[in-house]
Amino acid sequence: MTRKQNGPRTANRSGRRRETLAAYGFISPWLIGFVVFTAGPMIASLVLSFTDYDGIGHTHGVGLDNYRQLFQDPNVANSLLNTLVFTVLRVPLSMAAALALAMLLLRAGRASGFFRTVFYLPVMTPPVAVGILFLLLFNGNQGLINHVLGMVGIPGPSWTTDSAWVKPGLVLTSLWSVGSTVIIYLAALRNVPQELYEAAELDGVGPWNRFRHVTLPQISGALFFTLIVNTIASLQTFTEAYTAFFGSTNSQTYSSDAALFYVVYLFQEAFQYMHMGYASALAWLLFLVILAITAVQAKLSKRFVYYEGDPR
Amino acid sequence: MGFGLGDALATDRLSTAEAALGGGLKVRVDQGAFDPQQFLASVASHDVPDVVHMDRALIGGYAARGALVPLTDCVRDEHIDLSNYYRPAIAESTLDGTVYALPDSYDSRLVLMDDTVLKADGVSPGQLDTADWNGLRQATAKLAQSKGGKLTRIGFDPKIPEFFPLWAKANGADLISADGRTAELNDPKAVQALAYAVGLVNEQGGWAKLKSLRDSFDQFGSDNEFVKNQVGAFPMEDWYVNSLAGTTPRIDLGTSVFRARDGQPLDWTSGYGWAIPKGAEHLKAACTFIATMTSTKAWVHAAEAKAKQVRDGGGLYTGDVTGNIAADRIIEKDVWKPTGKPAFDQATRTLYAIAPKAFAVPANSAGEEFQNAWQSAINRVLSGEQTPRQALDQAQAEAQSALDLANEERR
Repeated sequence: MTRKQNGPRTANRSGRRRETLAAYGFISPWLIGFVVFTAGPMIASLVLSFTDYDGIGHTHGVGLDNYRQLFQDPNVANSLLNTLVFTVLRVPLSMAAALALAMLLLRAGRASGFFRTVFYLPVMTPPVAVGILFLLLFNGNQGLINHVLGMVGIPGPSWTTDSAWVKPGLVLTSLWSVGSTVIIYLAALRNVPQELYEAAELDGVGPWNRFRHVTLPQISGALFFTLIVNTIASLQTFTEAYTAFFGSTNSQTYSSDAALFYVVYLFQEAFQYMHMGYASALAWLLFLVILAITAVQAKLSKRFVYYEGDPR
Repeated sequence: MGFGLGDALATDRLSTAEAALGGGLKVRVDQGAFDPQQFLASVASHDVPDVVHMDRALIGGYAARGALVPLTDCVRDEHIDLSNYYRPAIAESTLDGTVYALPDSYDSRLVLMDDTVLKADGVSPGQLDTADWNGLRQATAKLAQSKGGKLTRIGFDPKIPEFFPLWAKANGADLISADGRTAELNDPKAVQALAYAVGLVNEQGGWAKLKSLRDSFDQFGSDNEFVKNQVGAFPMEDWYVNSLAGTTPRIDLGTSVFRARDGQPLDWTSGYGWAIPKGAEHLKAACTFIATMTSTKAWVHAAEAKAKQVRDGGGLYTGDVTGNIAADRIIEKDVWKPTGKPAFDQATRTLYAIAPKAFAVPANSAGEEFQNAWQSAINRVLSGEQTPRQALDQAQAEAQSALDLANEERR
């Protein structure tokens, strides 16, 4: 009796083990990649953040000195503030622009595929090229942006050289790569049940209120996802600002403090000044800042985000 | 690493150096500008190139951290006579009495003028004398032009932040002590020089406008600032004369030297150097390579090749100033010939005359951090965030702290 019952159980157990092993086999490339390229460097940087490693070999333990220095270094506060201002300006603007484009695409009918490609193509542009594009388009004297503003009687500012306009200029430039968010919103918009709109229309709800009370709640999951992703990307922004203001011999001599983003400063400390230990501490501070902001967003999202199948 | 093969001056010397190494070794050039990130990664992974070509301003920082091999043995074994190289270039490559690089290029600073602009506005070249600060200010105001609230022509561009060492020296101040250990950025004479140079910018509408116009120049193209008469005069590295001769040989170029306030000609030099990273696999060959690349024979041969290439293409050969004094004498005497364009010929003659009298910012252990301290300070003044005194006081504290830290860590 016992034997009869144990036979299938053993077979089931070994089958499950085989399945588990197969699963691990399938995900092992990712796991190996994660351990080697993400977890390993993270642990290494955590260890290095307690040393004065200079990238060349000289290493002594310095305890919490690097972390103490973070609070005394004016460049940390300045670069963090620059990054937060950039994020606060960029994230809502890029989300609004992407949503507007996605809604236009929704009405594009057969041409939708073409425009979807057109909007997504700029995402493929290397960020270094976008940095150079920023310098060309936003030049206060001869840039296309100010030329266009001038045609409607608006005297454009010195986007690339006036400290007050550097960040807004970079925010506007970042809209160049809004295409990936557009695609996500387009997919979300297409999933909104049409009967909800029909019901709202029958109840006499106008377009704005349909957008507010039907569209936005229905795509709130996608909005939340892009909010998180764009916020993290903005907090880690580097290439465009580095290319425009710090990357070449010409530009690095005018290293505008207004464009000193946190990761740019981290890069300078690590690779230009060879303070790899301190740069590691900088990286961990950024990790904690991102973690805190994401946690707050996730907490708040419970009040605003609707998921399909949600009982609310 | 860090070497480009853009012209005959580079390719010809490389051939000479390859020949000197014999057939046993193959030289592979990792072209492009020196990349600190790539270099540090190679050092950290113990897979360094045998030689690197880097800005001499960086030599001190890497040498202090033990990333470069002292060239003492190399100089002895290859019988290199260091007096063959310009003294300021060797000073830039020397930390605590030890030479860490052999000078390659040797950039001087001239004052370039658009004679068409000067004639049109009735300003003589003599009125753009950097020794006479009041006169220069007046001439600048006369040459600068604005239209619709935009600066359309820079009268005199002081080229700050990058040329600040020149302005400070002109007023009698050095940015750092000769031994490279003490920053002297807030020397009252340096503060005064900065206030004057920033004043020149502000009197032409301010930094934002001046930089916007400067950024819009087609600097290396056929519509450059001389062709479009967008600037009256500015101090500039000598290689730009070469570039102008190639793109727009017909421009009405004028040249003069930068003068200190006592009227003496002043030249600030900088450039690249060849160094051997610690851990280089082929030390002896690396030494032979850099000795040959910077030798009189290689430079002269390369200059002859370049001169031929330029002349065959119908261009103007305006000479080459190298880090090697003997090579320069031969190039000036035998390779360079007057081009028939008086302005360009005058520039070449001026250049060869002032190169031996140049000064350099001494090597120091903080390298790029020291440089960024004063450059950022000037940017803060230009953008109106701080006064020259405040900015240079802050830069002094930052630079000295970086120097002290780097010297403390030195093994």
